[in-house]
Amino acid sequence: MDTNLLFIFILAVIVGFEIISKVPSMLHTPLMSGTNAIHGIILFGGILTLADAASPVALTLGFVAVVFGAANVFGGFMVTDRMLQMFKKRK
Amino acid sequence: MGAVWSLVIIGVAVLLILGIKLLGSPKTARWGNRLAAIGMLVGLLALPDAGGEPVWQRDWDLNYLLIVSGIVVGLALGALGAYSVKMTAMPQMVALFNGLGGGAAALVGGLEFARAAATQPEPLILPFGDPITGADLVIAPEFLRSVMPSSAAAMLFATLIGALAFTGSVVAYLKLNGKLERPRLFRGQHIVNALLFIAALALGGWLAFNATGSGATALLLLLAVLALLFGVALVLPIGGADMPVVISLLNSFTGLAVAADGLVIGNLAMLVAGTLVGSSGTLLTLLMCRAMNRPVGNVLFGAFGSGGGGPAAAGALAGKSVKSIQADEAALLLSYARQVVIVPGYGLAVAQAQHQVCELAEELGQRGVEVCFAIHPVAGRMPGHMNVLLAEANIPYDQLHEMEAVNPVMERVDVCLVIGANDVVNPAAREEPASPIYGMPIIEADRAKAVIVLKRSMAAGFAGIDNHLFYKDNTRMLFGDAKASLTALVSQVKAS
Repeated sequence: MDTNLLFIFILAVIVGFEIISKVPSMLHTPLMSGTNAIHGIILFGGILTLADAASPVALTLGFVAVVFGAANVFGGFMVTDRMLQMFKKRK
Repeated sequence: MGAVWSLVIIGVAVLLILGIKLLGSPKTARWGNRLAAIGMLVGLLALPDAGGEPVWQRDWDLNYLLIVSGIVVGLALGALGAYSVKMTAMPQMVALFNGLGGGAAALVGGLEFARAAATQPEPLILPFGDPITGADLVIAPEFLRSVMPSSAAAMLFATLIGALAFTGSVVAYLKLNGKLERPRLFRGQHIVNALLFIAALALGGWLAFNATGSGATALLLLLAVLALLFGVALVLPIGGADMPVVISLLNSFTGLAVAADGLVIGNLAMLVAGTLVGSSGTLLTLLMCRAMNRPVGNVLFGAFGSGGGGPAAAGALAGKSVKSIQADEAALLLSYARQVVIVPGYGLAVAQAQHQVCELAEELGQRGVEVCFAIHPVAGRMPGHMNVLLAEANIPYDQLHEMEAVNPVMERVDVCLVIGANDVVNPAAREEPASPIYGMPIIEADRAKAVIVLKRSMAAGFAGIDNHLFYKDNTRMLFGDAKASLTALVSQVKAS
């Protein structure tokens, strides 16, 4: 693990803290839901693991990981969008 | 890694960061979510495999077929869940999605570990076929441990955290669905939990330095089982009302597990996205606890303290606390409400804030919020005190309503804004026969969906008694001088 990755990791930690430092409580649940969808990027990991899987066990578990990841990312963004419909301004 | 993918990663990271940022304000939140989704889609389409070639250009084989069908199945399940769930059940849907993400992170970490371990020779099996001799048994440790402990640790971390987020989220889902209602506790549960966690950590630490052979894979399974059990044990004792905080915490855990998987696979987009979720999720968890006026440790381990003894609170208000709110948040509540009732009291007169309250009412009115004033006959220090005061600020008469007209419709009111009034909204008059004001007609502010109380301090009102309204779950206190608070509210409403 080289130091570049550590560098990126630390910057991402700081950015993550900074961008939500002031969020009204009415948006807490949508924000949680939105970030929940973002960690659905694990779908990428599932795809890459499954791409190189050889044994039946690895193929099966890799397939499960892809299904889980896809449900997380697609479902996550959709459910967040539905929540945020409530914030449409009248008039 | 190709140059194209490097550029794509930068774009994806920017879109995700902007997306989370925009999610923090009601005006832009929907676009924030869409921006993040677009970023994700771009990353998915450009995703390179281990060799740096786009995944989608590989030849059709069983693996490709499984990838595509897995995505289709996941998309269908996700869409079904997202669009069939009722509005009120959204938090548990988020919990379920989070659990799936955690499960996927654990599987990826575990599979990578198993593969890395399988490529290492067994400690006592020789790399070259000759019969074992004593000299051959001394094998350089560097050779056996060429899975770097640091990357083995990342795989194990993802497995451990992902697995506990998986079961923890499922328990949270069941709790929110009302299937596991009350906190489940048994004697010494915190010790069992601590032991489970320490055992999983110790096993993970050992495995990181001994990632060789099929024995390591078997131990990996044990680690996963411990983590799955710990996830259940961690969430089971926590009350259903605290589940949003727990889900937020598990959400940031999953983010960290995904980041670790990103390190393992060498995918920077995963590293950045997972880390962003990990850190912003942690902060969000703390913000949620602050909004409930409780420290995070109290939420996570609070049930342990109340396990043994009987009810500690003797008085009805002992142990209860009021929840405060800042002007910017109060302004958002007001500007996104459909119907707001303002209850002025003596404090408004003292602060001479009638012009500010008028301005606030006008500003809200322009935004389509239905605003009216509920005047209690004895609000202030003389009958009609409030009417005079508000008339002076040119508030139209048709916005001033009598107590009797407002009370029957109070349940439909989104926000009741109480400004410097106390006894005239004290539910003790209705609920407590022992109270000195029992039987006094009051404006039933406590029946509104949300109550914001503008008040200088927690001092008692004219009658010198405590007010239960301030301790209700749906009440928020905005402390400060009424004039200053209202001025802040007006400018925040204008800005929102």
